Amino acid sequence: MVIDKVKKVNKVEERVKNEKASDMLIGKWVKCDNCKEILYKDDVHKNYSICPNCGKHFRLSARRRIKQIADEESFQEIGTEIHTKDPLKFDGYLKKVEALKEKTKIEEAVKCGICKINGEEAVLAVMDGNFMMGSMGSCVGERITLAIETSIEKRLPLIIFCVSGGARMQEGIISLMQMAKTSAALAKHNEEGLLYISVLTDPTTGGVTASFASLGDIILAEPDALIGFAGPRVIEQTIKQKLPEGFQKSEFLLEHGFIDKIVDRRDMKNVLAELIKLHKKI
Amino acid sequence: MISAWEKVSLARMAERPKSLDYINEIFTDFIELHGDRNFGDDKSIVGGIAKLDGMPVTVIGEQKGKKAKENMERNFGMPNPEGYRKALRLMKQAEKFKRPIITFIDTPGAYPGMGAEERGQGEAIARNMLEMANLKVPIICIVIGEGSSGGALAIGLGDKVAMLENAVYSILSPEGFASILYKDASKAKDAAENMKITAQDLKDLNVIDDIIEEPEGGAQNDLSSIANNLKKYIIKSIEELNKLSVEEMLQNRYEKFRKIG
Repeated sequence: MVIDKVKKVNKVEERVKNEKASDMLIGKWVKCDNCKEILYKDDVHKNYSICPNCGKHFRLSARRRIKQIADEESFQEIGTEIHTKDPLKFDGYLKKVEALKEKTKIEEAVKCGICKINGEEAVLAVMDGNFMMGSMGSCVGERITLAIETSIEKRLPLIIFCVSGGARMQEGIISLMQMAKTSAALAKHNEEGLLYISVLTDPTTGGVTASFASLGDIILAEPDALIGFAGPRVIEQTIKQKLPEGFQKSEFLLEHGFIDKIVDRRDMKNVLAELIKLHKKI
Repeated sequence: MISAWEKVSLARMAERPKSLDYINEIFTDFIELHGDRNFGDDKSIVGGIAKLDGMPVTVIGEQKGKKAKENMERNFGMPNPEGYRKALRLMKQAEKFKRPIITFIDTPGAYPGMGAEERGQGEAIARNMLEMANLKVPIICIVIGEGSSGGALAIGLGDKVAMLENAVYSILSPEGFASILYKDASKAKDAAENMKITAQDLKDLNVIDDIIEEPEGGAQNDLSSIANNLKKYIIKSIEELNKLSVEEMLQNRYEKFRKIG
């Protein structure tokens, strides 16, 4: 019997080895890309998509993230009328977007809404790395700006979960300008004396790091997330040497003074709710 | 008709006038001010106080070198976080003393180095945009050469954004774009044509407000004439903006970026 089990695990290991890392969460078994342990998918999902063996935080879809953060049935989505645009008329771009929508069943790289977190009302924006690496084009910029403006209008705290490979290259300069748009909206938000908590998850890079991700009154991060402006490969090409272990990880940013606190995903909801309560006007 | 790729070459030309050339030609009594009061003095951004037809203004520019040695000193016009923080310090100073701000944009991008990451390159760029959105004095931004990525935008959020006729403004270099999207950096020429990076394209997209004409063959052929065009443009823009209340000016500045895309 023991032998049978070993055989089975070997088989699974074999199969997992043949799959790309991005396919790891498909099927019943997954292999942790950190500790290499073979894990039963349901166990991982029940554990907030954290490896029960080593604590590695796997990447999360916006849908799962919202489920973990918002009180049940409380999330009211906004901004669904804002869709992807193609300002450069870039060959094949909209086709790719349509195919991706079909495959992932998500509309764009961010979902925004109003929700309750342990009973506390807030505007919540959650980026989704499954959609073109969470890159920011005009749709993402518009939706984030709408979330910021909604937070101002309703005088609610704002929480943005960031995950992004940076700007959406296919939208060229328009994508770059979303950095200015979202930062200017946050400038207004700031003047209004409202709370903005930015949560950085793996990976947060490029134009998102260089705009709203870095502008929270409080900046939280998940453990071991890659966070930076330039990607590690670009830096290595520039300086022509390998980067040290842990460079641009959450712990490195905490050490260098760029984030307030690293929070385990299992505690995130309670930490957010506590922070919101501490900022309530008495 | 000059192609987008030819404009990229013109914009990068070593002989093309750089920020300090324009500063010395347009303004008088320029006093350069150094340092971010925190880490160091980044020579890829210059800034200070000068007079524009007798009126004190704050001037900031990304500075490339013309020769190899100067380019090394200026880090090829690629700022580190302390450069952006120096720019912000000078802009805040301008607000305190009610001086208009003029910025000259000319960079291949923010520097992607280890130190830059350790000192928060992303935060520095983000902070500048947030602060510039609320500065209570007129801000005029002019792309004079290469305006590339967040490294350009970090001093590019203003009431008026203009480009010299042969300048380019883009999300990243055409080489970078080609290597990411066409998986082939040698297709930079094609990329340049498709990226909408010329002054005319960007005016059509409402990313910039105005185009400033260059002399035949490019800015390097007649510095004094283009500096004169620039000076007129800056004076006219400041006069227009001074007619608005601070609230109106800030609301217009917000709307301008709010509307893009």
